[in-house]
Amino acid sequence: MENKFVQAPFEVDQHITAHSNYFAGKMGSKFYVALRDSKEILGVRCKTCSKVLWPPRETCGRCFSLLTEDDLVKIGPGGSVVSFTRVHYSEPIHPDVDAPLVYAVIQLDGADSGMTHLIGGVDPEQIEIGMRVTPVFIENRNGNILDIVYFKPE
Amino acid sequence: MKRNVAIIGGGQTYHAARRHDVDQGEMVNEAVRAALKDARMTMDDIDAVFLGNMEFFEGTHLTDCWLAGSAGAYGKPGMKITTGGTVGATIIGAGMHHVAAGLFDKVLCIGFEKQEEGDTGAILSGVAHPLYGRSMAGAAVGYFAMMGTSYMAAWGAKEEHAAMVAVKARQNARKNQYAHLKLDITIEDALNSRMLAYPVRMLDMCPASNGACVVILGDEKTARDRCKKPVWIRAMDTAHNEQFEIDWRNVTLTKPIFSTACAARMYKRLGVDDPKKYFDVFEIYEPATWAEMVWYEDLGLCSRGEGFKLMEEGATAIDGPIPVNPSGGVLSTNCIGASAMLRVWEAALQIRGDAGGHQVPKEVNRALATAYGGTNWTVMTALSSSTED
Repeated sequence: MENKFVQAPFEVDQHITAHSNYFAGKMGSKFYVALRDSKEILGVRCKTCSKVLWPPRETCGRCFSLLTEDDLVKIGPGGSVVSFTRVHYSEPIHPDVDAPLVYAVIQLDGADSGMTHLIGGVDPEQIEIGMRVTPVFIENRNGNILDIVYFKPE
Repeated sequence: MKRNVAIIGGGQTYHAARRHDVDQGEMVNEAVRAALKDARMTMDDIDAVFLGNMEFFEGTHLTDCWLAGSAGAYGKPGMKITTGGTVGATIIGAGMHHVAAGLFDKVLCIGFEKQEEGDTGAILSGVAHPLYGRSMAGAAVGYFAMMGTSYMAAWGAKEEHAAMVAVKARQNARKNQYAHLKLDITIEDALNSRMLAYPVRMLDMCPASNGACVVILGDEKTARDRCKKPVWIRAMDTAHNEQFEIDWRNVTLTKPIFSTACAARMYKRLGVDDPKKYFDVFEIYEPATWAEMVWYEDLGLCSRGEGFKLMEEGATAIDGPIPVNPSGGVLSTNCIGASAMLRVWEAALQIRGDAGGHQVPKEVNRALATAYGGTNWTVMTALSSSTED
């Protein structure tokens, strides 16, 4: 066989670092302050649709009603597991928890939409759809969705 | 066009460097509600929603999905468009094509940017070719600095001419309640502002603004039935350059480039002999002062190399014979995803006579809006009060 010279593919290394800084806005600011200062979880009620939405937002997507801070309501803190999965691998983007970890969609009491969060404090074999859970808050909260460490069985 | 398409309403936010009071959705929603009010419509009247911003400028993808509620797009047809600085006009183009084709009768177009939330300089470097350009990326300032250098060398223009553009834009902005940089500045102020990259100084460049613009399009029947002052889109066209061509950075080029090619095609289609007589007002996309004078030439408002003389004569002042950017333009307000849409909307307001403090003091029946995006392409929109043009 003829011995041909093969040019190695040339690779140019490029890297972009971009920092973002998001303002939580009218409804989001209320949500995060309540979470941080009072360990309360807020949703917003659309009277037209008779729905309580999480996260709270200024416009109801379904009917385009303008919602205000007066429409904010406490939801949870307890809720029910709508669906869940056990994750057996780690990625940098995952929360700072060693695999295996359990992600769940939790419908908080009084809300019509779900919150995705972690389940902890329980043998994963014991988790089932419909299970009642309640949030565990971190001690030094700074206004972040990870102020809730995870949800544990009630 | 298969069906005539009109702008039947629109609205914008107040534009500012800081909007700490709202999140992206709340900001977009302000413009959506302003436009619906202007058009005397509700969201139920809207058939489809087209939304766009600069790609990843705020570090967010799929803005069409997570802004669906705020945009009024929940469950409606539509799509997200991102084409760079031109995006606001491209969104209108997409909406116009859908209405002209008969797919929808009433379309809501949204352009927005919350520039303060992202590292726009870093993300913009992604525009440059990753193998050959990115390590030399100078973003917009460097590009327009080279344009200014070649413009002065070629035609004998002075830095003072760029300063005149800087002053015209900000003084016009003071008449526009929505504009960002409402600066009471003089030519001396512009010439004394901080040098960024010779000859471009701080006041030669557009600001980083937060804001949104919304334009509602309708078919002819809807426009005539529901709108007192429809503004007709008579032509839209686009043209691209390749990234490594010398174009706006060599102002003596005579071969057609994106801007001149697009204008020539549009003028031919509309039968325009003398654009400065055909159009009553211009809203052009000038990210830097030098670009405004080059646009004058590329659009045929004067001969090649005479844009700075047009500026010097005051011909393009708000009360001049060829008013350009009475709104204050991009130099005064640059929420990029909305900027090109603002050009079209401001041109439409001039035709309606609804521009308020920055309404040009003459009858306006036709207007031309241009968009500009890196790395060198344009979307042009010709508007008229009549479908007879």
